[in-house]
Order: sequence, then structure tokens, then C-alpha cells
Amino acid sequence: MAIVAIYFVAVLGIGFYLKRQSGTGNDFFLAGREMTAWIAGLSFLSANLGALELMGWAAASYQYGILAVHWYWIGAIPAMLFLGLVMMPFYYISKTHSVPGYLKLRFGEPSRALSAVTFAFMTVLMSGINMYSMALVMKVVLGWDINFSIWVSSITVALYVALGGLRSAIFNEVLQFVLIWLGALLIPILGLIEAGGWGPLKQQIAVRMGTGTYTHLWSTLGSFSDNPMGIHWTGIVFGLSFVTSFGYWTTDFLVVQRILTAKDLRAAKMAPVIGAAFKIMVPFIVILPGLLALAVLPMKLTGEAAAVASNGYSYNEVLPLMLARYCGPGLLGLGVTALIAGFMSGMAGNVTAFSTVWTYDIYRALIKKNAPDSHYVGMGRWSTVVGVLVSIGTAYLVMGFLSIMDYVQALFSFFIAPLFGTVILGMLWKRATPMGGFWGLLCGTLSSVGMWAWVKIDPSALSIIALSPNAKDMAENMYRALWSWLVCVIVTVVVSLITKPLPENQLVGLVYGATELPSEGHLRLHQRPIFWAAIVALVLAILNIWLW
Amino acid sequence: MRYSIWYLIGLLILVYGVLILGAGIADLINPPAHPLVLAQLHMGIWWGAMMILLGAIYARVFRM
Repeated sequence: MAIVAIYFVAVLGIGFYLKRQSGTGNDFFLAGREMTAWIAGLSFLSANLGALELMGWAAASYQYGILAVHWYWIGAIPAMLFLGLVMMPFYYISKTHSVPGYLKLRFGEPSRALSAVTFAFMTVLMSGINMYSMALVMKVVLGWDINFSIWVSSITVALYVALGGLRSAIFNEVLQFVLIWLGALLIPILGLIEAGGWGPLKQQIAVRMGTGTYTHLWSTLGSFSDNPMGIHWTGIVFGLSFVTSFGYWTTDFLVVQRILTAKDLRAAKMAPVIGAAFKIMVPFIVILPGLLALAVLPMKLTGEAAAVASNGYSYNEVLPLMLARYCGPGLLGLGVTALIAGFMSGMAGNVTAFSTVWTYDIYRALIKKNAPDSHYVGMGRWSTVVGVLVSIGTAYLVMGFLSIMDYVQALFSFFIAPLFGTVILGMLWKRATPMGGFWGLLCGTLSSVGMWAWVKIDPSALSIIALSPNAKDMAENMYRALWSWLVCVIVTVVVSLITKPLPENQLVGLVYGATELPSEGHLRLHQRPIFWAAIVALVLAILNIWLW
Repeated sequence: MRYSIWYLIGLLILVYGVLILGAGIADLINPPAHPLVLAQLHMGIWWGAMMILLGAIYARVFRM
């Protein structure tokens, strides 16, 4: 209890301490653009290590086995490296404050308005889900009242973000990142000792599950029915890796905002590479505990509904159960603090991104254009508080209608995949026009919603959307993302070709071929981001072959 | 005056290390009635000591 209490004091202390340094819009929304590559990179990763990430993927690995690792490796690393090496120069050189802000510069106001409104809506929804998941853990592990948990944690996040802005959120995220590792690392270490190592663990899982498919990354993906996830390798490679993960890691402002705070272009390019290097290791503390639970937990975990009906444990409780299995009072406090830290970093990420997009891309763009800087900083602080309050409302909504949880991942995919199509064409193709960008984004989003609704109304449509009647939810999301991205790209290309292109001088700093990128020729090999990106890519390839 | 975030992290890890080591030693002196799995490894003591060392190094290296 003392460990958890000290943690709350520390994060609030950082917020109060940094309040003096958040007086201008640049300070409050972009942390003064003075972060080192390490701080920006760790914060970039930490903002993603939220409630759904920690609890959700540990649960998914118990349910689907090692296939969940794809969401960390091929479903993240290539996109993170691509962001650092290819896309970051355009975000950074254009001096944009947000991803919708980049769309304004490249495609004009309508594209920005569309992406800003959808992003703001999704962000507060995700924040509420995060909050609810955190309260659930506090209830399960600490026995805290769910209302108390929601209010205490959300008021803490609102305070430290409203006081210190993005700088406070980033500093806390780095702190949270360290705590997450220190608290969660014990489970895989002790679990592997108990199981007798990786080899015996694989054998124990195979015996208990009656199949060896739970510990293979690729060899079971030749057919939808050969693996626990009901997915085909094309869904993983094209749907997950190429569209969903590229969309998330390169255009979701929640994570990109952290990199925009880097002190210079080299730091901005290095930060995603550093984040990728750590991302490769995250399955050790998230996926491995799920696999260990398959082998060592005496009880069998089930879905949420079955767990409630049988008074048993659900998949979502796998991480707290493993924590309680190995950790006594002091270590349990550290482990619980790690979970709370993960939830807070995810929530703060949502709240800071919401506050920036609301203030700059909705309020300043559409409601009050020419106010002084201090007015927008004030709006940033208030929108942080309002964003948290709306998130609390969402958390209670989720509590009342648990099925919302099932829809959130799908809802999120509506906006991310088409947005990636728009941004990538905007950055790499000079001929893309403002009309093409807007209509591509709109049609891509509507097609994604349409496909989702089609399967809901007529479940047999699944065999058309996901290419197989055996496909499960996860696979459906991947294929829907792929098709909606293709719709976005095709519409953008067709509309661009029949509309008037922008003159080249308006594309400077925004598009490849119209922008002079600073040379790195004077840097030594170990100082170049591409060198470290190559090492990360090599490690990724080796790990995938090892676990094939 | 501005403290480095790494310095603050070092201090927090140091304090946590002391608490966890203390809890580990208390467990060693008065073992719980229902010991946890692998309790014989006394992980609290090892982990607490490691955190004290790590926190002390961070706080020392990143002090202004």
C-alpha cells in the first residue's frame, strides 16, 4: 500500500514541479520540443503500454498462444522503423503540432476537420476503456471500490497533465515505463524457473492444451483452422503488419505526439528506433506470463461471461493471478504499481493527444481563430479536465454495457487504416490533391463502417470480408482494415488524377521529392538512425525464425 | 534549478528498493502461514537489493 501511495505522490509531484515550465503553447502542447531521443522514444512506447495493452495481450496470449506476439513484432517493429526513417522527417520539418495539423498543411481544412473530429471521439472513448480496465484491476487485486479507483486515478492524471502539460505526461511516462519493467519482470523470471525453462514450458503447454500450436509463430498460419486465432498469414502480414500497425504507429497522434517533442531531427528519427528496440522485449513481460499461466495455473480461465456464470476467473485476470502467485507484500505492491503505471500512461497519452487536437485542430481551427497563445494554453488545461470527465462518463458507460469493449477495437480500426492511406500518399506522392485526400479518407472510413455493419447484419458476409467462414473477430478486423485502406488509396488516386494538383512550391517540407532532407553523411555509423534500425530489424528476423 | 527525470527515477527506485528489501527480510524472519510459490528463493530480498543498487547508481550519475 505504501508503494502505491508513494507512486501517486511522485506523479503528482512531477506535475506540480513542471507547472512553471508549461506557460506557452509550445511548452504545454509540445513539451518545448526539447526532449532527447531516449525520453521521446521511451515515452512513445510507454503511451502505448496502457491498460488494454498489458491486461488485454496477456489475456490474449493465454487464449491464442504465442500468436499474440505478432502484435508486438511484425505488427509493430517495421512500422516504428518506417516512422523513424521515412515519415518523421516530414512531420518534423513541416513543424506541425499534430497529425490532423499535417493533413491541414497537405490537404486543407476539410481533411483536418474530418480526422480531428474522429480522432477526438475515439480518444476519449479509449481513455474511458483504459480507466474502466484499471478500476477492474484495482478491484480484483487491491479490493478497492471501483468508483473510488476510477475517480482517484483519473483525478491524478487530470491534475498532473493539466498542470505540466505534455512535458509532465512524458516525464511520468518515462517513470512509468521503468516501473512497469521492474514490477512486471518478476513474473516471467519466476515463471520460467517454475516451469523449468522454455523447452519444458512448451512441452507442458502442449500436454495441457492437447496441441503444439500454442507455441509456434508462423508454422500454423497456412490455414484459418490450424491455429487458435483462426487467422491466415496473409491477414497477419498484410492486414496487421502493413495496414493496421503502420496506421497505428505512424498516424495515431497518441504515439506520434511524443516523437514531435524531440529536440532535433536526428533525435526524432532515433526515438522510434529506440522505442522499437524496447518493443521487441515487451512480449517477455506481457505475452510470456500468459503462456506461463497456460502451463502452471491450476485453474482454467474462461471468457468474461463464462467466468461470471461459473464464479471462476476470466482471461483478463491472468496477469493479476500470476502476480499473486509469486509476489509477497512488497513485490505485490510493486507489481500493482506497475499495472497502475501502465494504465495511467495510457490514459495520459489519450488525454494529452485529445487536448492538443481539440485545442489546435477543432477549437482554434473552427471556433476561435485568433486568440492569444495564453488563451489556447488555458483551453488546453480545461480540455484536459473535460477530456478526463468525459472519459469517466465513458468508463461508466462501459460498465453498464460490457459489450462495448468488444466493439472498441473494431471502432478504432474504422479510422486508423484509411488515415494511414491518406497520410502515406500525402507524404510520398506529389500528385495527391486536397480533394483526393479528403474523399479518400471519407470513403475509406465509410467503407470500413459499412463492412462492419454488413457482417453484423449478415454473419455469412464474414467469408467474403475475411476470406473464410472460419475467421474470428481478430482476423475480421485485419482484413477490414486492409480493404478500407485499399478503398482509401484507390479513391485518393482516382480523384487526384481528375483534379488539379497543388503547385510544387506549396509542397515544400510536406512531400517526398519536394523537400530537401538533411544529409547524415557527416555522422559516424553508430550515430545514424538507419544503422540501429538495421540492427533492430535483424534481431526481429532472428526471433521470428527461432520461434517459427 | 531543474532536476533530470533520470535522477527522480533513481530516487524513487531507491526508496522502493528499501521498502521491498524490508518486506523481504520481514518475510524471512516471520514466514507467512501459506507461503507463495517459489517463496524459498526469497525474491523480495534479491529484488529489493537490486533496486537499491540501481536506484543509487541512477541518483548518483544523474545528480546535477
